[in-house]
Amino acid sequence: MKPFDYLRAEGLDLASQQTAPDGAMAIAGGTNLLDLMKLQVESPDTLVDVNPLSMDQIADEGDGLRIGAQATNTATANHARVRSDYPVLAKAILAGATQQLRNKATTAGNLCQRTRCYYFTNIDQPCNKREPGSGCGAIDGIARLHAVLGTSSECIATYPGDMAVAMTALDAKVEIANGDGNSRTVPVRDFHRLPSDTPHIDNVLEPGEIITGVTLPAPVGGTQLYRKVRERSSYAFALCSVAAIVDMADGRISRADLAFGGLAHKPWHDPRIGELLVGEEPSLALYDKAADLLLEDAQGYGENDFKIPLARRALTATLCEATGVEA
Amino acid sequence: MPLKINNHPYDLPGDPRVSLLDFIRREAGLTGTKKGCDHGQCGACTVIVNGKRINSCLTLAVMHDGDEVTTIEGLGTPTEPSALQQAFVEHDGYQCGYCTPGQICSATAMLDEIAAGMPSDATDDVSGAPTLTDEEIRERMSGNLCRCGAYPNIVAAIREVAGAAS
Ligand SMILES: Cc1cc2nc3c(=O)[nH]c(=O)nc-3n(C[C@H](O)[C@H](O)[C@H](O)COP(=O)(O)OP(=O)(O)OC[C@H]3O[C@@H](n4cnc5c(N)ncnc54)[C@H](O)[C@@H]3O)c2cc1C
Ligand code: SF4
Ligand code: FES
Ligand code: FES
Repeated sequence: MKPFDYLRAEGLDLASQQTAPDGAMAIAGGTNLLDLMKLQVESPDTLVDVNPLSMDQIADEGDGLRIGAQATNTATANHARVRSDYPVLAKAILAGATQQLRNKATTAGNLCQRTRCYYFTNIDQPCNKREPGSGCGAIDGIARLHAVLGTSSECIATYPGDMAVAMTALDAKVEIANGDGNSRTVPVRDFHRLPSDTPHIDNVLEPGEIITGVTLPAPVGGTQLYRKVRERSSYAFALCSVAAIVDMADGRISRADLAFGGLAHKPWHDPRIGELLVGEEPSLALYDKAADLLLEDAQGYGENDFKIPLARRALTATLCEATGVEA
Repeated sequence: MPLKINNHPYDLPGDPRVSLLDFIRREAGLTGTKKGCDHGQCGACTVIVNGKRINSCLTLAVMHDGDEVTTIEGLGTPTEPSALQQAFVEHDGYQCGYCTPGQICSATAMLDEIAAGMPSDATDDVSGAPTLTDEEIRERMSGNLCRCGAYPNIVAAIREVAGAAS
């Protein structure tokens, strides 16, 4: 690890100013940043510890719920209202990492966690995300974990997290403070970006912006599922995951909010899928059409070709489970 | 405020790069806590901080101002082992023993999590209270790898102590 200055945040605006310069970074739970600093993938010269800002409250906000930026993943998954009103979020968080990691991992850190692409984490390999212009090792290389939707010729990495996939299905909003006492709100659906020709930029945060919390809209009920397909049954990142909030009325689908993990550089949300499903009677044929829409533009890169049929089956299985259709 | 390890106060290190794991082993000289991967992947470094289990390799010692850390040495002694330490011995919950301190710290905190009604990925209904099946134990202990594969005996040791507690 390269030497760095360690500062304890003494106020939100000050922390924002302190993290604005090139080379300065916020640290929360440290479970992603310190891992990458040991590998010298990240080498900040200043770390601003945001923990003293005590942004860890989880509280009702109107009919919805506000989850502080530093609420731990454990605190969120264990919160009584998350468990009863937003079970898809509790399930997604619990499907990620381990209890030890979730006890440290925070809302903001989890949103900002970086890809697990093996070329990104190995500084001896080319990687446009880590070192713009150096090339993409994965595109013709080891790409089992990689994206099949929204890729570019510069980068085919995935956003690896689970929590944000559920937040995408729930249409949660990220609250961001920018240091002048101002703040803005960005839907989780728009927080992460596609790699395009600037894969080094993961999300819409500007230098010096600090995430202060995530707000969940009023609960919508329905059947809420999180199906995560991975190499082993615990403690592994998603090859493909589906967060689903599905409801039925009079034998027809009345709500279908779906989001997908492991397929793209961001949690994937395609509004056309909900539009297709709502108002229809559940059936395998219908779910096949939904998968056609989802995967219309999917492209494999050799090792990850399997993700295309996998995503189809994961989507179908999730919808069958939610609507009681025999798979 | 100093950092307390097993109730003993220590001044924070001058170099912010020191992980809590290296601090425990080198500064405090408590070598029960082990370094396996140093990247949050194996659980050998698991300790309990303010009642919660964490990977001590992925946190900086300077971030633990005023915190209370419990390591395997703080759970019991050879003459007065904790219930889990005793159960691991009786069930042969190890072969080489390298992962064992992390397993026992992890399991100690896990029993408190169960008692507090926290759900896991193995819990069918996340809104209800979990029951401690073997599947739950395995899921909740999945952050502690054992190269020797002593898993069946680790689960047996935990099951026995959990059964006695409930
Ligand atoms: C072995 C292993 C397995 C894992 N498995 C999974 C998994 O299956 N699913 C999953 O979802 N995750 C998994 N994770 C990732 C884990 O969830 C993340 O490391 C964690 O959520 C990051 O949160 P943190 O608070 O520790 O972030 P940190 O490491 O502290 O920070 C991460 C990033 O967020 C930025 N940041 C932190 N707080 C703020 C803020 N308030 N405002 C702006 N920027 C901020 C930091 O600058 C940094 O860039 C795994 C991690 C490990 C090590
Ligand atoms: S996929 Fe993206 S992160 Fe991976 S090597 Fe290519 S540019 Fe880097
Ligand atoms: S040494 Fe910390 S998890 Fe492996
Ligand atoms: S006993 Fe050898 S690694 Fe677990």
